[in-house]
Amino acid sequence: MQPFTTLTAVAVPIDIANCDTDQIIPARFLRRAKDDPEYPRFLFHDLRFNTDGSEKDFSFNDSAFQGAGIVVADINWGCGSSRENAVTALLANGIRAVIAPSIADIHYSNCTKRGVVPVILDRDTCALMRRQLHDNPSARITVDLKAQTVLGPDGARHDFDIRAFDRYRLLHGLDDIALTLEHEAAITAFEANRRAASDWLS
Amino acid sequence: MPRTLFQKIWDAHVVAERDDGEALLYVDRHLTHDLHYRRFDALREQGRTVRRPELLFATPDHSIPTTARTIADIPAGEMRDTVEGLARNAAEFGVTHFDMTDERHGIVHVVGPEQGLTLPGITLVCGDSHTSTHGALGCLAFGIGASEVEHVLATQTLWQTKPKTMRISVDGGLGFGVTAKDVILAIIRQIGAAGGTGHAVEYAGSAIRGLSMEGRMTLCNMTIEAGARSGLVAPDDSTIDYVAGRPFAPKDDKWDLAVAYWRGLPSDDEARFDTEITVDGDAIAPMVTWGNSPQDAVQVTDRIPDPSAESDPERRADMETTLGYMDLKPGTPMTDVAVDKVFIGSCTNSRIEDLRVAALVAKGRRAQVQTLVVPGSGLVKRQAEAEGLDRIFTNAGMEWREPGCSMCVAMNGDMLAPGERAASTSNRNFRGRQGLGSRTHLVSPAMAAAAAVSGRFADVRVLMRGAN
Repeated sequence: MQPFTTLTAVAVPIDIANCDTDQIIPARFLRRAKDDPEYPRFLFHDLRFNTDGSEKDFSFNDSAFQGAGIVVADINWGCGSSRENAVTALLANGIRAVIAPSIADIHYSNCTKRGVVPVILDRDTCALMRRQLHDNPSARITVDLKAQTVLGPDGARHDFDIRAFDRYRLLHGLDDIALTLEHEAAITAFEANRRAASDWLS
Repeated sequence: MPRTLFQKIWDAHVVAERDDGEALLYVDRHLTHDLHYRRFDALREQGRTVRRPELLFATPDHSIPTTARTIADIPAGEMRDTVEGLARNAAEFGVTHFDMTDERHGIVHVVGPEQGLTLPGITLVCGDSHTSTHGALGCLAFGIGASEVEHVLATQTLWQTKPKTMRISVDGGLGFGVTAKDVILAIIRQIGAAGGTGHAVEYAGSAIRGLSMEGRMTLCNMTIEAGARSGLVAPDDSTIDYVAGRPFAPKDDKWDLAVAYWRGLPSDDEARFDTEITVDGDAIAPMVTWGNSPQDAVQVTDRIPDPSAESDPERRADMETTLGYMDLKPGTPMTDVAVDKVFIGSCTNSRIEDLRVAALVAKGRRAQVQTLVVPGSGLVKRQAEAEGLDRIFTNAGMEWREPGCSMCVAMNGDMLAPGERAASTSNRNFRGRQGLGSRTHLVSPAMAAAAAVSGRFADVRVLMRGAN
């Protein structure tokens, strides 16, 4: 994945509580390859498009938010299906960070594995940021992963928590599998114990 | 120090730990399905291979038409490509594959327990959020994303942060017509769709102990709809009786070792949980969801809620939008809401017990709307047919289909038309989940059958009065 250090970008507000991954990418697109040239359109597809392909009134369609690199969302963002395609669709549109009051566990993990920074800020702060973005779409947000801070549309600074391991991997764009294979000896030893005659699972 | 069931399983699977508390956990069982066939391709491209193919089990479920019996019956295109892709990669990497002509195939979360792949005390993962289902047997089971699937394929391990623990105790007796589905919908309504985020949930209490294994699977299945990746029920006699004799369960001496180990798994009396929730089992009634989150549930005797009674302005606006999408008016009795289709199936409710209770309601009655009954596996289908349930359904005008995920996720051609309303035994009522513009109400199999024969939501307790 691409390393992430700091990003200053247009941010798009998504004013939907419990925005599930079916909304982020509908199931009928899940069999598409991630290099499918249509992938960018799959993001929020049914929130964005009518069946005739015309655009709905939805923030992501607003030209003022074009080129957004950050999503500011509401509670329980990314709940539901484990589909990592939701992250693929975000990345296909250049989204590298999501700011929300809470992010569902599996989606949170998927974000960290693919280079999207999950930022948890309190609900009032997220609501205020979304209002500020609607009022002033050209305002930028800065996500600084190294410093673990966000500069809101109004320039206010907010600290955020992220697990040290997630931060380290995101900062360096590290492949998990390669890191894990450094523990090869421990894995092999664990498996050897499992093969012992006394083990019921062997 | 006293430990919870979760902690005991966790401790037994830590391969390595980092200073910051991240643990590398060993994975005992990895289940996979058609939507992940490309993960094998990715592995091949990176010059990697499957570390322990004998611990990986595959079956196609998402992309299987419920009218198809062989690959040749699947229309050419991405559905067939996906099912073929899984078969090809399973063969190449030496993975056990229950293909669609194998009677053991079906929805991955039905197949695992049925085959004895799911066992108490193990760690089990699958690239599907409803992997929480398997925790019903007292194991640590959770859904993972595609990157994690690849990681498990290559290393048989996963990096995890230890979740907090939550105990949900449901005491009391469940009344007639009240099932595990109603229990979990009542729990989600109480704690919210994010109520369990960051936690591993253990279910306890007399109402849980009294559930069958199928019921416990329904309960744990929808734990993810409360935000928790895993739900567990401590192994007891019901669990051990269920596992005994299943094809992949331990045999002979290993069985005795296993049972002795499993008996030690339940949480110690003094073990502490980070969060404790209690639910009154006696107060639970048949539930119906009205909105686009599983937390939006009412008892069947209730009315559609009124947003104007909601004090939180954001919640009020959210409810108004939801009722608009669902085309429902506040104050309407739930039993006045008519349905266009009924779906009985999914990893939540497609096991033999689910079909039996649906058949009990359908028997001698007539479906008023199109009703799909989709068994969870080939073996469930065979068992149901041996009991004559298929004839009860077809005599009632319902459609008896081949196993698969079907209309729960609507990726196999089974779906609602835009604007159609379904009573569904599945797990998600999200917008568009059962097809673009679909309107889904989640219910138990008994309530789904009651809706089918009534053409609208009906209180199964009233419908079956005198029959119990």
